[in-house]
Amino acid sequence: MKLTRRDFVKSNAIAAAASVAGITLPAAKTALAAEGDADIRWDKAACRYCGTGCSVLIGVKDDKVVASQGDPDAPVNRGLNCIKGYFLPKILYGQDRLTQPLLRKTNGQFDKNGKFEPVSWDEAFDVMAEKWKAALQKGGPSNIGMFGSGQWTVWEGYAASKLMKAGFLSNNLDPNARHCMASAVGAFIRAFGIDEPMGCYDDLEHADVFVLWGANMAEMHPILWSRLTDTRLTKEGCQVHVLSTYENRCFELADNGMVFHPQSDLAIANYIANYIIQNKAYNQDFLDKHVNFTKTPTDIGYGLRPEDPREKAAKNAGKGKLDKITFEEYAKSVEPYSLEEASKISGVPQDKLLKLAKAYADPNKKVSSYWTMGMNQHTRGVWINGLVYNIHLLMGKISEPGNSPFSLTGQPSACGTAREVGTFAHRLPADLVVANEAHRKFSEKVWQLPEGSLNGKVGYHAVLMHRMLKDGKMNTFWVQCNNNMQAAANLNEESYPGWRNPDNFITVSDPYPTVSAMAADLVLPTAMWVEKEGAYGNAERRTQFWRQQVKAPGEAKSDLWQLMEFSKRFKMEEVWSAELLEKAPQYKGKTLYDVLFANGVVNKFPVEPVEDGSGNIYANDESEHFGFYVQKGLFEEYRLFNSAPDILKKGHEMAPFEAYHKARGIRWPVVDGKETLWRFREGYDPHVAQGEGVKFYGKPDGRANIITAPYEPAAEPPDAEYDVWLCTGRVLEHWHSGSMTRRVPELYRAVPDAVVFMHKNDAKKRRLRDGALARIVSRRGEITARVETRGRNRVPEGLVFVPWFDASRLINKVTLDQTDPLSKETDYKKCAVKILKA
Amino acid sequence: MADRRKPGLEATRDKGWVRSHKWLLLRRVSQFGILGLFLLGPVAGVWIVKGNLAFSETLDLLPLTDPHVLLQSLLAGVDPHKEAIIGVAIVVIFYALVGGRVFCSWACPVNLVSDAACCVRRWLGIKSSTQIDRSTRYWVLGLTLVFPVLTGTIVWELFNPVSIVFRGIVFGWGLAWVLLAGIFLFDIFVSKDGWCGRVCPVGAFYSLVGSKSLIRVVADDRDKCDDCMDCFEVCPEQQVIRPALYGKEKGIGPVILSPNCTNCGRCIDVCAKDVFHFGSRFANEKPKMNSTAEEADERKYVDAA
Amino acid sequence: MTTTGKSNRTRVNRRQFLGNLLRTACGVGLLGTGLGLYSRQASSLPALAIRPPGALPEEEFLGACIRCGMCVRDCPYDILKLGQLGDEVPTGTPFFTARTGPCEMCEDIPCVPACPTNALDHGLTDIKQARMGLAVVVDQETCIAFLGLRCEVCFNICPIRGEAITLNYQHNDRSGKHALFIPVVHSQACTGCGLCEKACILEEAAIKVFPTHLAKGELGKHYRLGWKEKERAGQSLVTPDAEHRFNLPEGARYDLQGKGLILDAEKQDDELPVSANPLDTLNKGFGGD
Repeated sequence: MKLTRRDFVKSNAIAAAASVAGITLPAAKTALAAEGDADIRWDKAACRYCGTGCSVLIGVKDDKVVASQGDPDAPVNRGLNCIKGYFLPKILYGQDRLTQPLLRKTNGQFDKNGKFEPVSWDEAFDVMAEKWKAALQKGGPSNIGMFGSGQWTVWEGYAASKLMKAGFLSNNLDPNARHCMASAVGAFIRAFGIDEPMGCYDDLEHADVFVLWGANMAEMHPILWSRLTDTRLTKEGCQVHVLSTYENRCFELADNGMVFHPQSDLAIANYIANYIIQNKAYNQDFLDKHVNFTKTPTDIGYGLRPEDPREKAAKNAGKGKLDKITFEEYAKSVEPYSLEEASKISGVPQDKLLKLAKAYADPNKKVSSYWTMGMNQHTRGVWINGLVYNIHLLMGKISEPGNSPFSLTGQPSACGTAREVGTFAHRLPADLVVANEAHRKFSEKVWQLPEGSLNGKVGYHAVLMHRMLKDGKMNTFWVQCNNNMQAAANLNEESYPGWRNPDNFITVSDPYPTVSAMAADLVLPTAMWVEKEGAYGNAERRTQFWRQQVKAPGEAKSDLWQLMEFSKRFKMEEVWSAELLEKAPQYKGKTLYDVLFANGVVNKFPVEPVEDGSGNIYANDESEHFGFYVQKGLFEEYRLFNSAPDILKKGHEMAPFEAYHKARGIRWPVVDGKETLWRFREGYDPHVAQGEGVKFYGKPDGRANIITAPYEPAAEPPDAEYDVWLCTGRVLEHWHSGSMTRRVPELYRAVPDAVVFMHKNDAKKRRLRDGALARIVSRRGEITARVETRGRNRVPEGLVFVPWFDASRLINKVTLDQTDPLSKETDYKKCAVKILKA
Repeated sequence: MADRRKPGLEATRDKGWVRSHKWLLLRRVSQFGILGLFLLGPVAGVWIVKGNLAFSETLDLLPLTDPHVLLQSLLAGVDPHKEAIIGVAIVVIFYALVGGRVFCSWACPVNLVSDAACCVRRWLGIKSSTQIDRSTRYWVLGLTLVFPVLTGTIVWELFNPVSIVFRGIVFGWGLAWVLLAGIFLFDIFVSKDGWCGRVCPVGAFYSLVGSKSLIRVVADDRDKCDDCMDCFEVCPEQQVIRPALYGKEKGIGPVILSPNCTNCGRCIDVCAKDVFHFGSRFANEKPKMNSTAEEADERKYVDAA
Repeated sequence: MTTTGKSNRTRVNRRQFLGNLLRTACGVGLLGTGLGLYSRQASSLPALAIRPPGALPEEEFLGACIRCGMCVRDCPYDILKLGQLGDEVPTGTPFFTARTGPCEMCEDIPCVPACPTNALDHGLTDIKQARMGLAVVVDQETCIAFLGLRCEVCFNICPIRGEAITLNYQHNDRSGKHALFIPVVHSQACTGCGLCEKACILEEAAIKVFPTHLAKGELGKHYRLGWKEKERAGQSLVTPDAEHRFNLPEGARYDLQGKGLILDAEKQDDELPVSANPLDTLNKGFGGD
């Protein structure tokens, strides 16, 4: 085991270096020509990267994307792009695209320790299905698992959800959005009973005050940041407050930049609530009509393995049931967070905190709060999300133009796919959950399943999946559309031993040989982005469609094709118990594919030429292969969950399939063909009746929850040996694990390697100069990176920042697999490391 | 008389190949050794010597500076650093002792080319040679020193084949090979020993540095000379041999005193009679004769050739 | 040997000698002229070749640099090269090309102390004081920041970001709501390291490092910037302006150094009823509000 691991780590560094060195060769320059624009066919698509959801126009000639432009008619970006979006076409044409299935083999047979060899799709699925069947037989539905993505298209997520939950009857399906948005989801559900922001990007033009809570929007949501900046420039009196554990690029615009000690945002948020209460600035009327006060259990642990002493010591590990309290009790719970105390805990000067509190408390100022990973990747992520809602609810500054607590997303379809179609281990489509019997019943009806067939037990979440793989309790694992070996924390102790556990069979579907692919047993070549018809849902509930623009290279197939084709390999008798099958005898002898996809609903729409307004005809490889309009069928079946007359939870209505191909995205709920900008507010939201003013209809009583939660320390604060905080994150030029952007020579040249951002004094103390190689060592592993004290991120003493895009410097060997015990989302922002001279 | 196209045949026959190529071999070892030391860093990452012939540092301790370049730099009005000065002192003292033009035959990479050209020329049997006066080099030397004064830049270093070639080997060629090829062809077809023996101001400079050098070639057994002329054939500065070898009657001592002798030792190698040896300039026991005549004659031989 | 013979030979020798001398002198003179002329061309540095930090002004540099390559050897990032015969760079002199290998601005500037002749000025100990060249945003038509795209790669990479390159936020008239982040280079801080040029994501960089004399304009020697002079002096350079009084209708004020005419109706709610300038109050008289 040890040896293999070392080999792996070595080979991955070499391979990463080689592949990167290879693609920067001038010979590898893709011929994206600008000449001959006349015969280029243009069509719209959503950008492949972040959750902003910019629209681009894709120029195709001879079945190749040869040009791109920002979509001038897109309301989000109006013709603009960030630097990554500028290079979108190039992500399709990295020189090391995977074009055929690859299986580890020795002497022509699958061998866990063999070398990758090209195989046919048939052989790939034969071996894979055999392993899955064996796993099902050995341990039942909990023995298989799939890890998906907020980068799946809507129907891919939906198909995966249906395959796992309705087909295999396993809830072991989780998206990488677990690493990203789970805390936001948890807080939305707790506070409002319905997922996703109430506001929209138009808040960016309507707010007077912007507060960033742990979001480096300047780099991670570049186009939204330019909108925020424009408002700051053009609106008199506009203020920008920025909270972060280090000075990032947002501080350049900040009127009030605050660097706080990691984890102390909890204290700051409570202080603001306390200030509002002490000064009686709260909106009494709003509180009376629309808000309940609750408290959440405290001392809930850190989502580590149960045998970890920190978990054993926690009184209420993993608990989150809310208890109702009174306003007075709530006021008392925040009372300890005085200005002095908050300043002491956070290290932020009092005048700055006061300025921030005043901005929230001013009844005449419209305030929008934005956050991303700083608040979500937090062992108290659900809490801190909730604490910010508390502030907005206290003031009634919510659900109207300019007054918005807004959780931004990092993936193009974290909302549209990961959250909305039920790819989380505990969810079903359209905000339904597996643990709720009524929800299961409704889903069974839509999916034409016999009653009681759906699994009511919450499946393994992302972090638990790796633990279960390591412990041998889950033996097959299919990873699509993400790079979890590079993303999941604690590679050395959890992810890698789990994946390479000889009992397990790991499949990775990806367009490129990622770190995950290197650690897999079977690698499936995947059609990406505009090589298939797709749909993404961005952070403001905007669903955007695109048509298939070009063919995928070689034998690469879309995730959707893979999921559906794989389902053909299973007879119902192999996946359902005889008892269950007895309840639906019509399914006997059929395959999963027949039951799930050829069910009369999904295959309802015949293949039709996909045509745009100008008469151009587009290919649709999946439809052609399966013989019906797959995407439309899946989307229309999904609409039975959110738009049919008998749905359980309103507020998630979507327009018919065709409408999206015509529009630059439509924000749900879509009722009577009209989209919704601000939810829960009369006039803006069709679900709020006249005279109701505001109604949080996600909750039975229409009231949102203010949830009090205290400051609690982080899981692994620095000590004498591991003496600095490590925070990880991203840079503007690369997206997530860099599997796409690091294959764009220009972006690679701009930011080739991950560096460790350090304070000058910290570097000096360790006799490290700028550019010197430093070892970043934690209790779990180490990497080396060059020291950067002058970089764009100015970290305080006692904290270092390392971006995670670099496949040759896997910072997730260092990070701790701690999670928010409620949302199960990993905290990548806080663990203890020491920095040594390399 | 020996075969003019293969000088040293008799020596090889009489003394064996190794003894008749001893100094040649040692010189090649020296030339390649120096190149090797400089290349060890960039090629193998072992940094014993850094820099090039213009200035180098050995083991981060021993600085060596090319006095000709530094002089030009001084004339251009530069205030060099301590190391550069120390380096110059070391180099000047060294060459003042062992012979200035030892640089040419034991260190300079161009020598390999001009030696090769000489070989080819002999092999092709080319006799004709444009007579470029051997004093030309001193004029060129003068030129190289006037340029910096007039222009403030080290003009010669834009053209200097010695440094360009060495730099080419150690730092990357560029078009330096063209220059080298030019010298090669020039030496073969235009002028025998044309570059090193007539034009090169670096050699000229070193000849001045070593004009009173200690170590010299001595024709101490000149009585044994059988006039085979092999030494003249191989000598790149033929004119320097005659006074010492044939000057006995004119009262000239056996030491080759001309500063243009490069101490290459080839004459020692090719002489079947072992006429020549390395010795000191003080081994110059002059045969008794009219001293004024002797000096005048010696000067004539030295200057006129 | 007869006397006549001897004198004849001597005469011939002398004539020969003079002839030789003349010939050689002419030859060398011609050679010298040729070399000299060519050297003027050969020693001109192309605009995209940048000297290492601390390099003397080009003319002096060419006098001081002995082409030893010590700086090249001591550069930890291997970005320095020596000009090779056939390059446009004077043979043997050190340079780097920003687009392919910019100066990483080492804190200890190892290339400078390596120089034996002060061609790289040993007085340079703070790399931020180096002036290798000056970055210039040469093309605002293709720089995508000017078009409103979010790039700022040059700004992000700049080791003295915020001083050498700043971002000038501007309202985007075209889109109406996406601010422009315009990179602006400041010559008083830019070292000319070239990291920005290397990082520029365009096919041909829109920001380039040029030798300062090519990159920099020069204000007429006679002209001073009034506001800067005043700031430096801490006061007006001439007698302060006399007190002004104006004929104004009721409810109107005039702020000579500031907003100009102020009508009270325009007054914002959150503004105090008194001007920060006491003279305004004093001069208003009692008739007003």
